[in-house]
Amino acid sequence: MSTFIQLALFLGALILLTPVLGKYMKQVISGENHILTPVLGWLERSIYRVCGIDPQEDMNWKKYLASLLWFNFFGFVIVFALQLTQAWLPFNPAKVPNTSWHLALNTAISFVTNTNWQSYSGESTMSYLTQMAALGVQNFLSAATGLAVLIALMKGLIKNTKQQLGNFWVDLTRSVIYILLPLSIVFALILVGQGVVQTFSSYTDTTTLEGVKQVIPLGPAASQIAIKQLGTNGGGFFGVNSAHPFENPTPFSNFLEMLAILLIPAALTYTYGLFIGSKKQGWTLFGAMLIILCVGLGVSLYAEYAANPALHIAGSMEGKETRFGIVNSIIWSTSTTVASNGSVNAMHDSLSPLAGLVAMFNMMLGEVVFGGVGSGLYGMIAFVILTVFIAGLMVGRTPEYLGKKIESFEVRMALIAVLAPAVCILAFTAIAVSAHAGLAGLNNKGPHGLSEILYAFTSACANNGSAFAGLTTNTPFYNVLLSICMLVGRFGVIIPMMAIAGSMAGKKVTPVSSGTFHTDNGMFLILLIGVIIIVGGLTFFPALSLGPILEHLLMQAGMTF
Amino acid sequence: MKKNILSGLKMLLAFTLLTGLIYPLMITGIAQVVFPRQSNGSIVSIGQKACGSELLGQAFKSNSYFWSRPSACGYATLPSGASNWGPTSDTLRKTIEKRRESFIIANRLPLNTVVPNEMMTASGSGLDPHISPESATLQVERIASARHFSPSQLQQLRQLVASHTEQPQFGCLGEKRINVLALNRDLDLLR
Repeated sequence: MSTFIQLALFLGALILLTPVLGKYMKQVISGENHILTPVLGWLERSIYRVCGIDPQEDMNWKKYLASLLWFNFFGFVIVFALQLTQAWLPFNPAKVPNTSWHLALNTAISFVTNTNWQSYSGESTMSYLTQMAALGVQNFLSAATGLAVLIALMKGLIKNTKQQLGNFWVDLTRSVIYILLPLSIVFALILVGQGVVQTFSSYTDTTTLEGVKQVIPLGPAASQIAIKQLGTNGGGFFGVNSAHPFENPTPFSNFLEMLAILLIPAALTYTYGLFIGSKKQGWTLFGAMLIILCVGLGVSLYAEYAANPALHIAGSMEGKETRFGIVNSIIWSTSTTVASNGSVNAMHDSLSPLAGLVAMFNMMLGEVVFGGVGSGLYGMIAFVILTVFIAGLMVGRTPEYLGKKIESFEVRMALIAVLAPAVCILAFTAIAVSAHAGLAGLNNKGPHGLSEILYAFTSACANNGSAFAGLTTNTPFYNVLLSICMLVGRFGVIIPMMAIAGSMAGKKVTPVSSGTFHTDNGMFLILLIGVIIIVGGLTFFPALSLGPILEHLLMQAGMTF
Repeated sequence: MKKNILSGLKMLLAFTLLTGLIYPLMITGIAQVVFPRQSNGSIVSIGQKACGSELLGQAFKSNSYFWSRPSACGYATLPSGASNWGPTSDTLRKTIEKRRESFIIANRLPLNTVVPNEMMTASGSGLDPHISPESATLQVERIASARHFSPSQLQQLRQLVASHTEQPQFGCLGEKRINVLALNRDLDLLR
């Protein structure tokens, strides 16, 4: 019973907040006056002045994209450099040394691409300065980058034969100071109230009741945890992420952190509806996402409560926290993988095979079910374009979306965006399972070993960042390979989607007629889910059947490895 | 284009200042004033001596204390961690079997006792501060006998367990649980 109450509260809160935040974000994005303009307007204007930016400048897609890429490149350089010099810099009370080059490379790419894959444990590897000025900053900026791409794409979809998509710097600035920052401030303070630490003091030594020394790790955690949840980043301040009592101390902090994972991506569907002038279009996308989420939740919950004949235990608590129990661990594992968040409050490696399968499958769909901030919805639009195209083929009609013709260029670009990460996942998993260096880090044997490797590359390519954390990945082999995956998974989607934005912007809008194929009804919703599952998911069926599916069958037979 | 690249560099520095320094400093400032205890790790002290954090679990090995959950990192904090053993791991199967047996033997329980799930499995953080009320109840006799408690003290001990049982937050979020450190600290005060 309490399972259903908690599920209902979670989904209910998500559905209720979607239009509220969605409407506000629409005002911010289109530059209208909103509740925070009088409070923070001066900040926006002074940022433009100091940085020498002309907010009126209208960019075409190539200039918009170039600005974005340069900005991300500089971000990468700073995160990379700070890790290699942190030992000599201030705000390092625990005296952690500089990191290795390959860890610095992996972490820098990971945080710039909104993946937040972590081959390290923050409390023993990163200084407070690195956490704040490198990782924390990219938590904001990578999310804002995703939003900017989405904003450009939305503008491209509604522009009538114009080349311009707006100004990257303006979209970025507004996203940070009106959306991400205010939400983070409120959220961080609530988290501290629940017990999340926020201090610059060094670690405290204590003596336990039995007389053993216990070091209490501290740091400016709450400020970073707020944005890592809201910005679908997911990189923990501490190694065990939101399972750590200092990151997630109470069931209430847990509820809010789970909600924060899906909040912005969900609300963006409403923003999208308002932006293109049809709320129904927005709710259709929201509905498709919600249905896939709920099916995943159902399967995972069933699998997790069921008996495990191999371990002779039912409802295993291995890798889970007592205060959250099974239901909160599963709502989290499902939410964090449909969104490209990747934070965890229970160890996914120890989930039952089917719950692990759902987590992996969610990521394999390309992180379009809610997905990352901005990136979820622009990824979803790639699937919408494919769906419109396939539906057009079936009825022999020129495919159109929002009154604009979908032609071969858009379909090719959408296919690149969908297939680039998919190819990467399978190719790199194949390399890793055939290489000695790839098998060296395994923590589990049998089919679960394959799952560990498959999960790692899936997570990196999907820019998710969660892990079957038993796999040791802080090696040159994994750090470099996963870096490549994260780059492909991010920019292999951003670049084609920006190209689509540019080409759609230049097209003429034709008015709705009786022959128009509707993209805002139940029929389209079902078609869309079908295309996502078939194009996005079926690619991976062979790999999944050798991993989690085989493991499930062997577990039922009581086998262990 | 050159001007645009330069703007990008300046923007990055501006946002590093804003979100990387001003934002965490501001949150720290407010947190230290409004929530001084929570923001510094919810430290629990006995007299002047800090004996841990209310939120972080500790290892208890002696028979005269309530035991915490098994921890894959032995309650180490730098870093803490989980076993990450999978659902068909033979090591995990054997470990669970061993934990079940030793819990039953140590607490002198009937062999067919259903040992609560969380006492046979390691937590996600390795620092889980809680156990279920059932797990605490099963340990009561062992502690009473290790501390040579009289029947009336045993009764007090049972009341202590009951009073330390936390209900789900707001009546619906999370699970029933007991904070082991808080329970053991008050246990030491029972005379």
